[in-house]
Amino acid sequence: MAVFEKVQEIIVEELGKDASEVTLESSFDDLDADSLDLFQVISEIEDAFDIQIEAEDNLKTVGDLVAYVEEQTK
Amino acid sequence: MVFAKISQVAHFTPFQRISNDDLSHILDTSDEWIRGRTGIEHRHITEDEQTSDLATAVAKQLLSRSGLKADQLDFILVATITPDSLMPSTAAKVQANIGAKKAFAFDLTAACSGFVFALSTAEKFIRSGAYQRGLVIGAEVFSKILDWSDRRTAVLFGDGAGGVLLEASKERHFLAETLFTDGTRGNSLTALQIGLHSPYSQHQKDSLSVAMDGRAIFDFAVRDVTRSIVTTIQESGHTVHDLDYFLLHQANVRILDKMAKKIGVDRSKFPANMMEYGNTSAASIPILLSECVEKGMVKLDGSQKILLSGFGGGLTWGTLIVTI
Repeated sequence: MAVFEKVQEIIVEELGKDASEVTLESSFDDLDADSLDLFQVISEIEDAFDIQIEAEDNLKTVGDLVAYVEEQTK
Repeated sequence: MVFAKISQVAHFTPFQRISNDDLSHILDTSDEWIRGRTGIEHRHITEDEQTSDLATAVAKQLLSRSGLKADQLDFILVATITPDSLMPSTAAKVQANIGAKKAFAFDLTAACSGFVFALSTAEKFIRSGAYQRGLVIGAEVFSKILDWSDRRTAVLFGDGAGGVLLEASKERHFLAETLFTDGTRGNSLTALQIGLHSPYSQHQKDSLSVAMDGRAIFDFAVRDVTRSIVTTIQESGHTVHDLDYFLLHQANVRILDKMAKKIGVDRSKFPANMMEYGNTSAASIPILLSECVEKGMVKLDGSQKILLSGFGGGLTWGTLIVTI
């Protein structure tokens, strides 16, 4: 599964959103995600891809997160 | 063989009840923000009672409910990180207040895991055959060590105390136990760091109030603690369905939701009261247990199995499975 689809699936599950709302352009603010929501999403993504995400402050959009994961899993 | 059993429970919380709206008058915060992120709606904050006063109220209730006299107690353990003083200990003050002349008494420090660590310690005292009965109390006046100008931490905690009477029994009641510490991550949750001050030392700053790395603690709770709970259940030969209730440290309702989901248990088996008390550190589990008994959920007749799990500063975490 491509990184975006997996990230989208996790965000849909953790934030209770529709998949159509979760695009590369959506910011976590658009998705009404507070800091704890973001921790939950990051924690699930770390487990799913077996990576460590350190720079959560710079992850403003779903696209940022996908790019970060792609970089870590290259 | 001698075993230990929990034969009585009690709790006491300060009368003064502070709402999220009350806090919004002194901090840049709101009911919606606090409730949405933590589930907390109120916390009880002491007006004039110290930690030993809360613990003494619990000790007196435990004695009156059990019909025991204070001089029948062999020991008193108080789990706290907010003692009245380090010397004398809070437990020594409780011992004096109730007149438990024959009991030895000391405090035990393991932050939010303190009650579980103390209960485990007390169980060993009784199982050794050396002692017959004692009190294990978690008591905190957390309001003393909060930075009341820091909206990230001041909203999270409250004051209170709870405890149990532990007595010798012919049957086994403590079915499983795991205790852990990871000091390498200790800096993610800190309080009361006292620097060097002597004329012969390089002076260091004090850092007294609670400071927390939210993400690190969130990950710790939902990953490490959850994993250890699952392992503890498996290694004890039980399944999650054998357990009537999961009484977990009360820090944040969303962490509790997440843990229940990861463990694979219906959330109704995870009683919660952080809505009313906030995080009361070492007191949270015994307050919750005592409330569950008051509500008739936990019957104290030996017919149920419950899991107790504390986790917090140290980092420390620990889980007990007991028949109650």
